[in-house]
Amino acid sequence: MKKLESTGSKINRRRSLKRIGDGIIPTAFLIILILIWYIIVENGIVERFMLPSPIDVITTLYEILPEIRLHLIVTLAQALYGFVLAIIFSIVLAILMDNIGILKRALYPLLVISQTIPILVLAPLFAMWFGFGMLPKIIVVALVCFFPIIVSLLEGFDSVDRDLLNLMKSMGASRLKIFTLVKFPASMINFFTGLKVAATYCIMAAFIGEWMGGKAGLGLYMMRAKKSMGIDRVFAVVLLVVILSMLLFKLVSILQKHLMPWSNEE
Amino acid sequence: MSIYQKNKLFVKNIYKSFDEILVVDNVSIELKENEFVSLLGPSGSGKSTIFNIISGLVKPDEGEVLIEDVDFTGKSGRVSYMYQKDLLLSWKKIIDNVALPLVIKGIKKKEAREMVKKYFEIFGLEGFEYKYPFQLSGGMRQRAALMRTYMFSEDIILLDEPFGGLDAITKGRMQSWLLDVLKTLNASILFITHDIDEAIFLSDRIYILSERPAQIKAEIKVDIPRPRNNDIVTTSRFNEIKKNIMEML
Ligand SMILES: Nc1ncnc2c1ncn2[C@@H]1O[C@H](COP(=O)(O)OP(=O)(O)OP(=O)(O)O)[C@@H](O)[C@H]1O
Ligand SMILES: [Mg+2]
Repeated sequence: MKKLESTGSKINRRRSLKRIGDGIIPTAFLIILILIWYIIVENGIVERFMLPSPIDVITTLYEILPEIRLHLIVTLAQALYGFVLAIIFSIVLAILMDNIGILKRALYPLLVISQTIPILVLAPLFAMWFGFGMLPKIIVVALVCFFPIIVSLLEGFDSVDRDLLNLMKSMGASRLKIFTLVKFPASMINFFTGLKVAATYCIMAAFIGEWMGGKAGLGLYMMRAKKSMGIDRVFAVVLLVVILSMLLFKLVSILQKHLMPWSNEE
Repeated sequence: MSIYQKNKLFVKNIYKSFDEILVVDNVSIELKENEFVSLLGPSGSGKSTIFNIISGLVKPDEGEVLIEDVDFTGKSGRVSYMYQKDLLLSWKKIIDNVALPLVIKGIKKKEAREMVKKYFEIFGLEGFEYKYPFQLSGGMRQRAALMRTYMFSEDIILLDEPFGGLDAITKGRMQSWLLDVLKTLNASILFITHDIDEAIFLSDRIYILSERPAQIKAEIKVDIPRPRNNDIVTTSRFNEIKKNIMEML
């Protein structure tokens, strides 16, 4: 027992060292990239109106923050509505497809094909159909987020241990009980994997959706900045989108840790 | 064991093929009240298939499964069945894993928890009620799975190599523990193993199965008195039975 514990703690230590390494390596790499970027611009190798220096980008972001607040809220709202919509739809459809074999065989290829159509082609179509309000953007976000969530859910349903399902049957469990007690919770890990992927996409999707025109939003703001050659503002907005996407990803990860305490050790 | 015991389970001349390959060939098994019976056979012979048929998950091509003289062929939900793997739900605490059969029967979670609590002591899992399966050792997980099996039904229990994945020391402890627990429970048990010592140590009777397709080669009575402890392994009677079985396999 003692021996077991000591090897266990050794493994833990090694693991936490590895985790620290996992954090340091990409951070260091990023810092080096930014440094190179900084040196290139500061030494005039590339003109400032083509590529602002990283410091310009950050100060610009800070300066424009008050004026883009509304745009930020609109983009965030569209992204979150679309995200939630995608979650609801993919859960409902995944359950239907899992229970009705024909539906799965019919729809799965269509789902994959739908992903090969570039969103930049669809966005103007939605603008034509649904106008320039929030709705077409929300639909774009939902479409983009839908695929990773439903695919991971279906995969989760498929990968549940057959013996476990048989065990439930041997205990006389109904299909509904088998689903709620075993299939759905067993697929939670896959579900969250899909959610994380979707979380990183959704802000970007709303952002691109806004390029087709509208009243407010970060995408719209960026297009205007581009027209007036405000390249530092373009960069500042892109940086903001990256930060927001990362925050959303982190949020989903934290949510997973809280909702699935058993998965922390696996 | 007396001949007046009630017949709990009677598997009558079952046959089963998968894709034209005969796996179970005219197998008949009897299990009396409070009896411990083992199926001893080589790997891949069709032992788990026999259990799947008894539990109603698989329909035999021919033959019947009678439980207390009622036909249960192809009907699940009557006997307790423990798989080779522990199959604990990783997202549920041990207490909820164990209470699962009760929840399936429609009992509220809170009530089900109350009902299983008192068994944690018997199964040696006190203090682990609110842990997750990954926090338990292999032997404890196996006991938890056994406890869940017992919670479903305490009268007929099918155990498919419950100790197969454990190390020799833990396995020995679990066997002694099982014998001990069975004294306080009122269960009839059918037990799969390919460990000869284990079969003799635990059983009242042993069915020897052939290679695939599984046929009953012999039925052996283990007339070693209970309570048994680890010392019986060295007795001459134990070794006679063991030799007898080894000659048949
Ligand atoms: N559902 C099934 N479909 C097709 N073949 C099956 C099925 N279940 C079992 N078999 C086959 O039947 C044979 C016996 O399998 P079974 O699992 O009953 O053996 P076993 O005696 O329990 O083996 P082990 O000791 O390894 O657990 C194997 O060849 C297996 O491939
Ligand atoms: Mg088996």
